[in-house]
Amino acid sequence: MKEQLEKIEALAKQELASCTEIKALDDLRIKFLGKKGELTAILKQMGKLSAEERPVIGQLANKVRADIEEALASKLTALKSEAQSAKLKEETIDITLPGKHAPFGKLHPLTKVENEIREIFMGMGFEIADGPEIDDDYHVFEALNLPPDHPARDTQDTFYIENTNESILLRTQTSSVQVHVMENQKPPIRIISPGRVFRSDAVDATHSPLFHQIEGLVIDEGITMSDLKGTLEMLMKKLYGKDCKLRFRPHHFPFTEPSCEVDISCFNCGGKGCSMCKDEGYIELLGAGMVHPKVLENCGIDPEKYSGFAFGLGLERMVMGRYDINDLRLLYENDVRFLEQF
Amino acid sequence: MNLSMKWLGDYVKADMPIKDFCHALTMSGSKVECYEEEGKNISNVVVGKILSKGPHENADALFVCQVDIGAEAPIQIVTNAKNVKEGDLVPVALDGAVLPEGKIKKCKMRGVESFGMFCGLDTLGLTAHDFPYADPEGVFVIEEDCKLGQDIHSAIGLDDTSVEFEITSNRPDCLSVIGLARETAATYDLPLTVKAPEFKGVDGDVNSYLKVDIHNAEKCPRYCAGIVKNVKIGPSPRWMRERLRASGVRPINNFVDITNYVMLEYGQPMHAFDLRYVEGAHINVRNAQNGEKIMTLDGVERELTSDMLVIADEKKPVAVAGVMGGEYSGIMDDTTTVVFESAYFEPSQVRQTSKKLKLKSDASSRYEKGVDPTISMTCLKRAFELVELLGAGEVVNTVIDCNKSDFKPSEVVFDSRWINNFLGTDISEDKMKEYLGRLEFTFSGDKVVAPAFRIDIGCKADIAEEVARIYGYNNIPSTDFRGVAKAEFTEEQKFVRTLRNAAVSLGGYEIATYSFVSPKYFDKIRLPENSKLRNVVRIVNPLGEDTSVMRTSTIPSMLDVLSFNYNNRNEKACLFEISKEYLPAKEEKPFINGDILANSGNQKHKYNYSLPDEPQRLTIGMYGGDANFYTLKGMVEQLLDEMNIGEVEYIRANDCEEFDERFALHPGRSAVIIKDGAYLGILGEVHPEVQETYEIGVKAYTAKLNIPELMAAAAEKITYSPLPKFPATTRDISLVCDEDTPAAEIEKSIKNAVGKTLEKVTLFDIYRSDDMKQNNKKSLAYAISMRSHDGTLTDEQADSAMKRVIKALAAIGAELRG
Repeated sequence: MKEQLEKIEALAKQELASCTEIKALDDLRIKFLGKKGELTAILKQMGKLSAEERPVIGQLANKVRADIEEALASKLTALKSEAQSAKLKEETIDITLPGKHAPFGKLHPLTKVENEIREIFMGMGFEIADGPEIDDDYHVFEALNLPPDHPARDTQDTFYIENTNESILLRTQTSSVQVHVMENQKPPIRIISPGRVFRSDAVDATHSPLFHQIEGLVIDEGITMSDLKGTLEMLMKKLYGKDCKLRFRPHHFPFTEPSCEVDISCFNCGGKGCSMCKDEGYIELLGAGMVHPKVLENCGIDPEKYSGFAFGLGLERMVMGRYDINDLRLLYENDVRFLEQF
Repeated sequence: MNLSMKWLGDYVKADMPIKDFCHALTMSGSKVECYEEEGKNISNVVVGKILSKGPHENADALFVCQVDIGAEAPIQIVTNAKNVKEGDLVPVALDGAVLPEGKIKKCKMRGVESFGMFCGLDTLGLTAHDFPYADPEGVFVIEEDCKLGQDIHSAIGLDDTSVEFEITSNRPDCLSVIGLARETAATYDLPLTVKAPEFKGVDGDVNSYLKVDIHNAEKCPRYCAGIVKNVKIGPSPRWMRERLRASGVRPINNFVDITNYVMLEYGQPMHAFDLRYVEGAHINVRNAQNGEKIMTLDGVERELTSDMLVIADEKKPVAVAGVMGGEYSGIMDDTTTVVFESAYFEPSQVRQTSKKLKLKSDASSRYEKGVDPTISMTCLKRAFELVELLGAGEVVNTVIDCNKSDFKPSEVVFDSRWINNFLGTDISEDKMKEYLGRLEFTFSGDKVVAPAFRIDIGCKADIAEEVARIYGYNNIPSTDFRGVAKAEFTEEQKFVRTLRNAAVSLGGYEIATYSFVSPKYFDKIRLPENSKLRNVVRIVNPLGEDTSVMRTSTIPSMLDVLSFNYNNRNEKACLFEISKEYLPAKEEKPFINGDILANSGNQKHKYNYSLPDEPQRLTIGMYGGDANFYTLKGMVEQLLDEMNIGEVEYIRANDCEEFDERFALHPGRSAVIIKDGAYLGILGEVHPEVQETYEIGVKAYTAKLNIPELMAAAAEKITYSPLPKFPATTRDISLVCDEDTPAAEIEKSIKNAVGKTLEKVTLFDIYRSDDMKQNNKKSLAYAISMRSHDGTLTDEQADSAMKRVIKALAAIGAELRG
């Protein structure tokens, strides 16, 4: 019987070795280990054995069963993994083919940069104020210390609305929102006001009768020109990186005193001087200043108690600088081949 | 303002490198735009004398000259110039010379060697105005005092540098050489030397020549005048012409040049006219009479009004005060006696007149900003000093000074602590006083007194600026923002942000279009004559018709962009814009946000005219790709869903008068969106005629949503519905109805019939058999999903619901499909 058992084990292992399909494994299990299988057939003869032989053969039979089971199991694992590999290989695809896109749009570059600036100012505690695009002479000029016949009005070619005796006009600057805010809000005031402005400039690569400004206004007790400088420097470092430098030049705006123009170190040469900055090293960026006491007075704010600063920057110029756009008209033509780039 | 550096040198020693000068002046507030070194692009050109001029052996049109250029031996030059002869002094461009038009090299001209070239005025970048005696066509024959071989720059005064300043409107005093000399001296802390002008004159009583009366002292507080007799009209000397040229002014003759010279030097406009044409020898500074006429120097006859000020003789105006002289009283070649005028006119008077006449001049642009009210007499004397220097005539040694001015220089409290607090600086009081002293401010008690020419000074902040600009803006420290402030978006800003992001998520490309458009859009979108959208806010002075009205609808702007893209061969586009419409005010609104100033409690400024409404719109446009009515509607539905606007109703656009844009849309393929009686928007296929008008070659679709109405319709908060615990029961139903029965009506019937167990009605098929088509019928198939939150629905419950559905459908003419 011992030989029989050993023969069965040898045979089982031999047949297993030549088995190549998972399905055939089941047949082998039945053949060797099943109720009508070969091992069972032998075990059924156990009764014929002597009391001494029975435990020895029984132990051997158990070992043979265990060996065959183990061989079956490992064969099954091997065959499964082979089959898996074959399947995976068969399922291989060209991963360089393009992906399928769900439709997804784009924000206009003007919106993108405006959002960025809004977020920076929100972080500094500035709220966003809106105001009318069509406003009156008082809010756009007079309250801002530009009385009728002020020579600085010449520089802002204004569009006037019909049948209003040149009283209603398209705002030439978002500074008009300053006036609305100061008329309706008590200090501390910290706002920016992005929006459309209009000037009678013919369209070319750098001019448009409609463009966007972002006005800023801070009013509180003890606001200084140092605060103005610090705020603008923080804005520009966040927008253009830590290495950019600002230069403040005296200038004149009727609604601020002192007034300044602010230049930023040239994006191209970093301040050394090149053709882009006309050898200046700096590019003109925005206008700013301390709010003129007359403007505060006009809005009912006591200039002896409060002071403040204001600034206005041109969004188009920042967008063009950021994306190297050389023609302003592209922003308003809205060609999808242009829009999809942002 | 163009500044001659040579001229500046008369008053301040400005010998620093030109780049330093430009930078320093820019940083102290006089912005330099650019500078030009005269003759910089010319080198190796010298004065030569033609020793001989002979024929060329091979060419009749050429001549061979021997030229002395101050070297040991003369050089040979071949020329075609006919206007030169032996003994003439000419500019000679030597071998290797650089000229604006290129380099000169020795060469053989028709076989004869030439070692250079003679230069004409134009070759040197000059014109006949610079050297009136020279032949502008031929070689420049020099009549200057110069040496042979002398470099041409110094020989003809081509060695000045002209600096162009951008002077802001508050600093008219800097529109002058002396004004910029003051700024230079203050910036560099250098001494300034301005001498009081003096003239000798010849004995005579000015009153026997001329009488002056001011009739409006408010508008003309001071008028100074004097007489020059036996005048000799001719060109001015070279130094004066050079300085005028460097200042960008064309030299004309000695008298005109003197008036311009004094104006450039002091900033005070001067006027010179021929005494012959002053009738009655009597000058009256008076208001014009309505309808009075004058032919101004530019040759245009102008009709005057009584609010204008004129310089008149006893009968007629001879000049518009401060703006321009009359054509017939100017200096002529045969003028013998000249009247010089130096006056102060009130700025807004000049500005209004200039604006009304649409006439600007160098004089008006200075007067309207404000000249120094105290220098009329100084400048008259300066003019006479120059007349004598130029030997242009005899100045009568008495002058007229009609002075009704009560000018007082402006005084401001000087408070160094306030200034430091305002600037955020720590500048000592002594330093501040030194800076202000450099700028010619003086101190009187606790006040600082502005010099007369600083008409812009009026408050403490002005003094702070003066201190700051000399201290240097860039020396002011920068401080990080102090204090805490709350900041958040308003509800509207949040809503618009979400809407914009949703439109992008749904595939929209955002566009930006102009707020003003052409009124042609009324017809282009087929608006009827009486459409409310034709009532627009119009611009009085537009750039052109294309931008002359504020749009009352955003849809035409969208159609323009669709057309632009289609015609640029972009095969598809899905665009959106969030922007405003401008609707004439319906009601009178004299204030925004109440009538009281929040800070002072005083009355606010009142609007004389109500402002237009500026409601925000979301506009969508698409063509190409899978664009059709339902993709557009799907996008709108998803947007409304994202904005928490629950169920809405779609009705045919033509059944509703709210949106006149319906005329631009296909009548069978357009809808208006309604929620609780509010009109949220309109959408649809662009009308074929409109599509053709806009030259869009494929079907296009557009929608407009009214943002304020969307906001009002949006649920304030989202409430979670519990997930179902029991399974749903679904029944399919297929029915046949009339072709024009709207699906929405059928869905409504189903919903009402099922009642509260209804979960969802989904249309899954539309079918039209030939038979149905003939009978104008269609078949719709729905899956009706029912669910209860109390337990699983029984078959009986579902069957009974379906019976109710069938009955309800029958009532609207929809029957089960057999």
